[in-house]
Amino acid sequence: MERLHLSHLEALEAESIHIIREVVAEFERPVMLYSVGKDSSVMVRLAQKAFYPGKIPFPLLHVDTGMKFPEMYEFRDRFCREIGADLRVYRHEEAIAQGVNPWDLGTVKCCAILKTEALLNALKESGYDAALGGARRDEEKSRAKERVYSFRDPYGQWDPKNQRPELWNLYNGRIRKGESIRVFPLSNWTELDVWLYIYREKIPVVPMYFAKERPMIVRNGRLIPVYEGMRLEPGEKPQMVTCRFRTLGCYPCTGAVVSTASNVAEIVKEMMTVRRSERITRLIDHDQDSSMEQKKREGYF
Amino acid sequence: MSTTIQELIEQVSRSELLRFVTAGSVDDGKSTLIGRLLHDAKAIYEDHLASLDHDSRKAGRNEIDFALLTDGLKAEREQGITIDVAYRHFSTPRRRFIIADTPGHEQYTRNMATGASTADLALILIDARNGVTTQSKRHAFIASLFGIPHMVVAVNKMDLVGWSQNIFEAIRDEFGQFCTKLRIGDLEFIPISALKGDNVVHRSKNMPWYQGPLLLTHLETIHIASDQNLIDFRFPVQYVLRPHAGFRGYTGVVVSGVIRVGEEVVVLPSSRLTRIARIIRGFEDVEYAFPPQSVTLCVADNLDISRGDMIAHPANVPWVARDIEAMLIWLDEEPLRPDKHYLVKHTTSLVRGRFTDVMYKIDPNTLHRQETHVLTLNEIGRVSMHLFRPIMCDEYARNRYTGAFIVIDPVTNFTVACGMIIDRAHQYMNPTVGWQVALREGQITAEDRAMVLGQKPVTIWMTGLSGSGKSTIAYAMERKLLSDGRACFVLDGDVVRQGLNKDLGFCAKDRSENIRRVAEVARLMNEAGLIVIVSLISPFRADRKNARSIIGDDRFIEVFVDTPIEKCEERDPKGLYAKARQGIIPEFTGVSSPYEEPENPDLRIDTTHLSVEDCVELLLRLLQERRVLD
Repeated sequence: MERLHLSHLEALEAESIHIIREVVAEFERPVMLYSVGKDSSVMVRLAQKAFYPGKIPFPLLHVDTGMKFPEMYEFRDRFCREIGADLRVYRHEEAIAQGVNPWDLGTVKCCAILKTEALLNALKESGYDAALGGARRDEEKSRAKERVYSFRDPYGQWDPKNQRPELWNLYNGRIRKGESIRVFPLSNWTELDVWLYIYREKIPVVPMYFAKERPMIVRNGRLIPVYEGMRLEPGEKPQMVTCRFRTLGCYPCTGAVVSTASNVAEIVKEMMTVRRSERITRLIDHDQDSSMEQKKREGYF
Repeated sequence: MSTTIQELIEQVSRSELLRFVTAGSVDDGKSTLIGRLLHDAKAIYEDHLASLDHDSRKAGRNEIDFALLTDGLKAEREQGITIDVAYRHFSTPRRRFIIADTPGHEQYTRNMATGASTADLALILIDARNGVTTQSKRHAFIASLFGIPHMVVAVNKMDLVGWSQNIFEAIRDEFGQFCTKLRIGDLEFIPISALKGDNVVHRSKNMPWYQGPLLLTHLETIHIASDQNLIDFRFPVQYVLRPHAGFRGYTGVVVSGVIRVGEEVVVLPSSRLTRIARIIRGFEDVEYAFPPQSVTLCVADNLDISRGDMIAHPANVPWVARDIEAMLIWLDEEPLRPDKHYLVKHTTSLVRGRFTDVMYKIDPNTLHRQETHVLTLNEIGRVSMHLFRPIMCDEYARNRYTGAFIVIDPVTNFTVACGMIIDRAHQYMNPTVGWQVALREGQITAEDRAMVLGQKPVTIWMTGLSGSGKSTIAYAMERKLLSDGRACFVLDGDVVRQGLNKDLGFCAKDRSENIRRVAEVARLMNEAGLIVIVSLISPFRADRKNARSIIGDDRFIEVFVDTPIEKCEERDPKGLYAKARQGIIPEFTGVSSPYEEPENPDLRIDTTHLSVEDCVELLLRLLQERRVLD
């Protein structure tokens, strides 16, 4: 019998593809923010599907803090080469040369410079008027109120009290010169949806998502990877732990979770029973009350 | 183990998506209910719970406050109210849910509109202590305005009214009574206590008198697969994909109906016909596509098709309209201005236009109309608009995607209004009878009747000279359809003129009126589910065009009985040609008055060499092609 009803995953896929195409149809210089993580991998796959048999008609932009894991750089370059993507890397060279880091400045300031400021610079420099990002509403409380099309003023700032109503699948992409829109095609996806899709579509992801024995230290109840040149606190001793990363960020600020899930199917299984949200492994979100909202107001995506 | 995981993944991947919007007054306990659903559905992650604990203490409360989970933003937490739509996600093995949690205070309309536009279901909370309030009525009204197919009324805080069955039933009866005035597909009432958890996920021991479904069970099992429109194929062209010279595809969402490779389609507004050559979904070619899939269509002919065009089946097309009427919700601080030009985004097209009339606004509490000339923030009214380029649209009640639009202020770029297109036929309605009648009328739809009768109502409009064989074929066709168990009726010009239209003569004006009346009767009969066969000379194109617009494009089938006049005159069954030639009958079509041939009839029959049975066979084949008969 002919099937005339979509499963939730197919419905989410169709909605995301619609959004990505809408951006390309309506904006002059769109770009996709590529963070190397699993959500980015899914978003890139959706973009490939949206324009098949053509290529993705916009560049991928990686805002590189210079503090990503070596596995992430490796994966990024290979993945983008294999799919023939137009990868642009932006680094805040001035700040990196000054030695901006989270240990001396604190994570809040470090993020504000190396990520938010860098992103705004990159968008401005190339005149991008729409930036597709992989953020999901289920990640964090303030993101739950984010629109699919998130309007930003010329300084990239978000005003949660002045969002445009968003009805049906009719997105309002009208902007004035200098203003921009952040677009979140994965708005309605959950972490479980992302992994289900990766499983179903056999999408490659950075191997750090898979469990293996890694040298770690425990700090403030969080599992932090040990890497070269790391400043250890008194009494901290690296130990081997079987763990994996649920989100990937900068190495000083990304924690791991204890897990034995060593392939995508096992991660999906873990997701179905997991009781902790993924952003707990990101030290930056816990800096202060409502830290994500604060960052978004300032121009973070 | 891998098979187990695979099975599990299979099951979860197959689950359906249900989007629902929640609405309630500030103190109805809406956020508490959502927190309860998420919590009891085991969707609250531990660390969210931990931070919740922390926040609750800060707000000076002792136990976990579920509401803090859903009231996201800092400013809101300080004021203790939700000020914007927040989306929440949870799943059970049966379904994946997206909740649009909309605030209940004075900005409710704007925010609820955002959440309601895509919802499959509206969950309305009523505080059992307060009973039905004007706000509850507003929420139900907005839900019906947006065509949300299902509604659940959760009567909350039953613990505070001593779990009283009487109180629950009084609320149910009063609200149910109010809802009969609205267009609501199905309505369920559930007595709950969000705070204590009764009847949310677990059956209440405190209300043994309630035997109906639990809230979560109801959300998990309500039938939503039939809510989408699978009849009217509509494909608004979103983006033209031309990666290289050898490929040209049109991307977009199948917003309604089903499309298959090989089918003939029409591209609007150009009305050019072509055929579907390929359907691509993701990296694969597929045989057919259905809503709401995002696909790429390739067509057989090299046509000029661009964003904003609409692809449909030739026998079932949307209106191509520059002038529309709509129910409008105003969403901006600055009121509607009749002298101003606005932008209208409808499907994938963006057109300029202006408001030509604000007919009235509706008081959502009483559903009464009030005369007005402007609409201000959160007001709902009926307007007409003139657009500078035509749009391809349907009635919102029939198609939620081709019937909807947003209005954008070209200066501020803000979304200032949203609109739902009304069937233009309603213009014939007595304007003093009103909104409530229109809503009542909608309770049994033409689709309902079509399903019961097993046929799609159409009007076969047979036009041609006197003596061409129209009536003979019409009655033979009627006999054939009736013997097959179909409900049909012949409207014969000669018969109609003896009764309904006996006050009319044969001058051009009276002929127009004759046709208009027959068309109106045909439309009513179609509304009643009948297949109508009209046998009428109807010599003028303008009159037939008018008949088509009354009956509706998708129901009007034009058949030209094209028998040469010599043959007709030779037959002359009523001796009319002879009288006309002698000048006894003035203005006789074909003799002393012109016959304007249809330019593009659905079927042309020349009875010179065809038997009556052949003609009936041709008509039957046409009906089958149009899928009129089950």
